[in-house]
Amino acid sequence: MADGHISHKQVEGIGVGVQTHVHHEEHHHELSFLRQYVFSTDHKVIGIQYGITSLLFLLFGFTLMMIMRWQLAYPGEAIPLIGQWLGPDRAPDGIMLPEFYNQLGAMHGTIMVFLGVVPLAVGAFGNYVMPLQIGAVDMAFPKLNMMSYWVYFTGGVTMLVSFFLPGGAANSGWTSYAPLSVIATVGQTVWLIGMVFLITSSLLGSVNFIVTIVQLRTNGLTFMRLPFFVWAQFVTSFLLLLAFPPLEAAGVLQLMDRIAGTSFFMPSGLVVSGVPLTNAGGGSPLLWQHLFWFLAHPEVYVLILPAMGIVAEIIANNTRKPIWGYKSIVFAAVFLGFMSFVVWAHHMFMTGMGTVISTFFQTTTMIISIPSIIILTAFFLSLWGGSIRFTTPMLFALAFLPMFGIGGLTGLPLGLSAPDIHLHDTYYVIGHFHYVVAPGTLMALFAGIYYWYPKVTGRKMSDVLGRLHFWGSFIFLNGVFMPMFIQGLAGVSRRLYDGGAQYAHAQSVLQWNEVMSVSAWCLGLAQIPFIINFFWSAKKGEKVADNHWEATTLDMAATTSPPLAHGNFARVPEVHRGPYEYSVPGATTDFIPQHVRTESNVERGEHR
Amino acid sequence: MNIPYTSTARLDTGLYNAKLGIWLFLASEVMLFGALFSTYVLLRVNAPTWPHGYELLNVPLATLNTIVLISSSVTMVMSWASLMMKKFGKFKLYMGLTILLAFVFLVVKYFEYTAKFEHHLFPSTNTFLAIYFTITALHGLHILGGIVVNTYLWGPGSKMWQNDPQRFTNRVEVAGLYWHFVDLVWIFLFPVLYLL
Amino acid sequence: METAHAEDITKSVRKYIVVFVALMGLTIVTVAISYLHLNVGAAILFALAVATVKASLVASYFMHLISERKIVYWTLALTVVFFLLLMLLPISADQDSTRLG
Repeated sequence: MADGHISHKQVEGIGVGVQTHVHHEEHHHELSFLRQYVFSTDHKVIGIQYGITSLLFLLFGFTLMMIMRWQLAYPGEAIPLIGQWLGPDRAPDGIMLPEFYNQLGAMHGTIMVFLGVVPLAVGAFGNYVMPLQIGAVDMAFPKLNMMSYWVYFTGGVTMLVSFFLPGGAANSGWTSYAPLSVIATVGQTVWLIGMVFLITSSLLGSVNFIVTIVQLRTNGLTFMRLPFFVWAQFVTSFLLLLAFPPLEAAGVLQLMDRIAGTSFFMPSGLVVSGVPLTNAGGGSPLLWQHLFWFLAHPEVYVLILPAMGIVAEIIANNTRKPIWGYKSIVFAAVFLGFMSFVVWAHHMFMTGMGTVISTFFQTTTMIISIPSIIILTAFFLSLWGGSIRFTTPMLFALAFLPMFGIGGLTGLPLGLSAPDIHLHDTYYVIGHFHYVVAPGTLMALFAGIYYWYPKVTGRKMSDVLGRLHFWGSFIFLNGVFMPMFIQGLAGVSRRLYDGGAQYAHAQSVLQWNEVMSVSAWCLGLAQIPFIINFFWSAKKGEKVADNHWEATTLDMAATTSPPLAHGNFARVPEVHRGPYEYSVPGATTDFIPQHVRTESNVERGEHR
Repeated sequence: MNIPYTSTARLDTGLYNAKLGIWLFLASEVMLFGALFSTYVLLRVNAPTWPHGYELLNVPLATLNTIVLISSSVTMVMSWASLMMKKFGKFKLYMGLTILLAFVFLVVKYFEYTAKFEHHLFPSTNTFLAIYFTITALHGLHILGGIVVNTYLWGPGSKMWQNDPQRFTNRVEVAGLYWHFVDLVWIFLFPVLYLL
Repeated sequence: METAHAEDITKSVRKYIVVFVALMGLTIVTVAISYLHLNVGAAILFALAVATVKASLVASYFMHLISERKIVYWTLALTVVFFLLLMLLPISADQDSTRLG
């Protein structure tokens, strides 16, 4: 059975087989604990597993960067505190080796994108919230869902283990461009195997998400009544489903190049360190870039769409207004998803592509900025005339708007092939995509954590600590990334081991390295209130009502906090209205939940 | 707690869950093999010389394998049709044949591979053999996956016929869709790799 | 599908046999053509045309695509578009660069 279904009966049968005769009862108890919290098939538990794992990976990926920032600010100086523990093949006498710097860079990117942000945005929020919002009792394929988490987990562990291999982890950048990656140390092989796990996990997850959204919507919940968050997850799942397989293929080909000695990405006549390679040759290094970016550009929208979904929910809820232009943003999101497949080669303007194809990709890139702007504009207009509640999640959601705006607008010069000649592979690019993903997406994801925390735990997170976290993060994120534009415009390249110190053209902007590094470390400190808040509030936070935020969507309004362990709802709700009916003229409350049936439904002659 | 539409179809979509699921999965498979075909074309277009498949590979054996795989597709669809006609015994027969034919395919493939290795033709020899070995090996893995699933449905999984025949029929249909897709990929692989 | 009757299935079975025979015939045709050693362009055209017909037969009858639900068609249509992009664009990009370089 391709979808991995095993009937309930049979699983218990397997369980009985495992038990020994001596400790019969104890084992049975242990088994049920495992099934409840570790190998659970409940989408809520899996969502929490994804959430905690991905937050840990985010912290780890960020730590890698904090170590790198020392080398960038003070090149060649011993790393304080942890430098001595890194070992002689990474940092002799605490001074970072260039090889180790490359490992940190490659793994920072990989971990943040594939193990941190995507699993948090899709795996955690999607798994936990989406079925609740559509009134489903669980995901369509619960066992597949569990498998998806554990395959992701295995991929994550594989990536971590690679640090301890001879030669360390992968060190050819998160993009793993061939032929560099093909001749790299064994860490690259493990990176590829890890990626195959992560891709498989994403594929399982996306099939599950799409089937759940199409098949398990409750009565009355038509597509145009879906909360925007669900739409965002829907489009995201299609991107994952159709864009990831080419990277899987590329990964397999690169594995063949490394293990079986093939030459898919290896051109003829390659000489490394004065020694000609023995490969047969005849391959195309650009093929890797095509296949990689065929995934990696849609991946950008995988990172951003769920964040937009979260922001839409929070803005509607905290302005007490319907989101402005619901239909426009839905169609914009669908169009965005479609176009994201047709822009990938704008990452490759500098590879010697011809003018015809450059012009094509430049045009599609300009077109794809339109739906993003539609969505952002709709969010800004939603604020107009609202009676805004400045709750902690709302602060983060509001910060998302200008931050994503900066990230998006700074992308335009990169999407045009002429200015890209100057800006390609400089810190400007780093600043651009980090503004999209870090102050953009991460702010939205934090907003989501503060927003759904009361639903998951029944308790609210502390607002004082939340505000501390917000202002610290907001200020220092900009402190890290804004100077990158300055350095990039001056022509400082990315991936420089010494932050540009050896280049004459970088001297006038070199002082910014220290500013960025100190900001990065302060940003690390600013996360401490969040970590305390996260654990402390689970036990001691203020207990709140089931629909604490007075929201209209089913996840908030039709469930207890936390929702029932099996089946989510005491009675599966039916839907009678659109997702954002806030401040309806003439209504007694300023919000009408989707499942509430009022006079107007009866008048319109709705049967359900 | 029961998840709806595991055996009956939802009214507005007309599908049960697993059927939509398998089609989505096949869509991603199309993109997987599409990327490999794209690789093949790009390498071939760039290459100064490209061998004809029949110069290096064994066309009669591959023709035999094509016939074997197409036959297994027919037995697969017949096993599903048998269940639709409530003939469980015939289902067992046809599903058993499908599994057998799949094994025949792999055995023939094994002889093809070893013959290549004996003639010192390896994936590293040139890009044509590289793509030949990679795609056919990946396709072989898909066959292996199909054997596992079909064997489960033929053996222990077929108990479901007693208590939920509709759902079991669905499972066989879904496994069939996957199996036909694997056949379909081979229908393209055969001319592209062997005949051109 | 559960509404299908035994007679419908018997009819389908007959169809499966016809399709099976057609697939076998086309396999022989495509192998036979390859022995003619046509020039590359014509050979590719013939081989892919035959393969496409065979694949359509499998998809239409064995996979029942000939009478499938709308939502499956939509999914596949979307996939076909992206499949074509994946096939054509890397090649056109590559051709464009080699022509100029």
